[in-house]
Amino acid sequence: MGCVQTYKRVHNGPRMTVHPNNRSAAPGSVSSRLDVHFELNGSPVDLTVEASDVVCDVLRDQLDLTGTKFGCRIGVCGLCTVLLDGMPASSCLLLAPMLEGRRLTTIEGLGSDGRLDPVQAAFAEEQGFQCGICTPGQILAARALLAHEPDPDEPRIRDWMTGNLCRCTGYASIVRSIRSAANRLAESGGPERSA
Amino acid sequence: MSLDYIRAGTTEDAIAALIRGGDDAKVVAGGTALVLMLQEGFIAPRYLVDIGRIAALGGIRDVGDAVIIGATTTLWQVMTSPLVGRRLPVLVGALGRVATVRIRSVATLGGNLAHGDPRLDPAAVLLALDASVRLAGPDGERWLGLEELFVDELTTAIGPAELVVEIRIPYPDPSSRLTYRKLVGQTMDDYGVVNVAARLDVDDGRCRDARLVLGAVAATPIRVPAAEAVLRGAGIGPAVIAQAAELAREAADPVGDLRGSAGYKCDMVVVEVRRALTELASGPGGPATPAGRWSDS
Repeated sequence: MGCVQTYKRVHNGPRMTVHPNNRSAAPGSVSSRLDVHFELNGSPVDLTVEASDVVCDVLRDQLDLTGTKFGCRIGVCGLCTVLLDGMPASSCLLLAPMLEGRRLTTIEGLGSDGRLDPVQAAFAEEQGFQCGICTPGQILAARALLAHEPDPDEPRIRDWMTGNLCRCTGYASIVRSIRSAANRLAESGGPERSA
Repeated sequence: MSLDYIRAGTTEDAIAALIRGGDDAKVVAGGTALVLMLQEGFIAPRYLVDIGRIAALGGIRDVGDAVIIGATTTLWQVMTSPLVGRRLPVLVGALGRVATVRIRSVATLGGNLAHGDPRLDPAAVLLALDASVRLAGPDGERWLGLEELFVDELTTAIGPAELVVEIRIPYPDPSSRLTYRKLVGQTMDDYGVVNVAARLDVDDGRCRDARLVLGAVAATPIRVPAAEAVLRGAGIGPAVIAQAAELAREAADPVGDLRGSAGYKCDMVVVEVRRALTELASGPGGPATPAGRWSDS
């Protein structure tokens, strides 16, 4: 596995430059720093990024959204899971410019004002986590599953959640949490498909 | 060194950018393979040409005797397409074995083939389906069968300024039985130790035509013509299956790695080919269910 230095990228301070008058890069244009416009947790975002920035770094270092964790940085561990147009994606394998025009959901986009999302509430009640570092990714992956399939059985849950690694729980309580979330969502009239 | 990012609006834009960038330019669509290679320092391009927003490169369409899938269609879009589900269930099963949901949702079918990694699931099953790709480049367009596409490990016949535009997959004959098997040694999201895609076209209990493809055990996914020749014209029973499996072992040229020694992989080629052909001999095939997960049938 790569050397340790590659695991922590150093940035030259926050870059939150907003370019309200420069709505989109012209097709075919070339630049190493470029503007990207996307929807983040329901709000439009305009950012200037480096072409080689990966989304998990932009979220954490430029946008101070540290709910998205990172671990392996090679798309295997699932800690940095985000939802891209509602589907789980590894944000360590997404270049920031690829977000142009897309809809991104991070763990900060779930729930509101002290009210937990039903999936979050189910994880809390069923003890679907211990140390918590994998939990944002687990919850987002679970939420996408329930948006597509409101009533998954255990094999389907385990298949979908493959690759969201947890070194604490042994997964049983995660599966239980997702089943419980499915029931909660069914009672409350189904999952919001907008996640 | 700075990395310039070009958002191509059209296929022509992308080709022009690739000509300008020369050897320093790489195409990016879903990025799941490319970003990994960037992060690990395997490649250091000066230009990235993003083809993800070119409308002409997306979509899935029925052309009567085949389905044509745009290069930037994600694996998830392919496997959830009702058309693909109806006509090519074996492809849906194989795509369901690719890594994780997070990769399937972002990785593209064209990118998967252009990457040229012999371990990737779609390549083997698309070879068994006689798929071909349409390439566009400075000298116009051309069609290439997958056997011509794959040249060596991570090396394809795609020219420096060429793009995969679309993938054409002929619908299998009604007599075709198809299966895809992937043996994994550690976790479900790992690369296969051995991948096997097999197709038997069966009339009155005899095999009219066959495809036998191995993945992950050579520099490219490979057909096994010697085994196909043995199967062709034969009634498919244990003796013929054992013979085909031995011929597959001879065709395999695996590298020993953390997923097993070369010898182990060769042994598993025999086992997995036998399982695949036995499944096709006994059943109607065309598995709607993703087969091959630790099953010891």
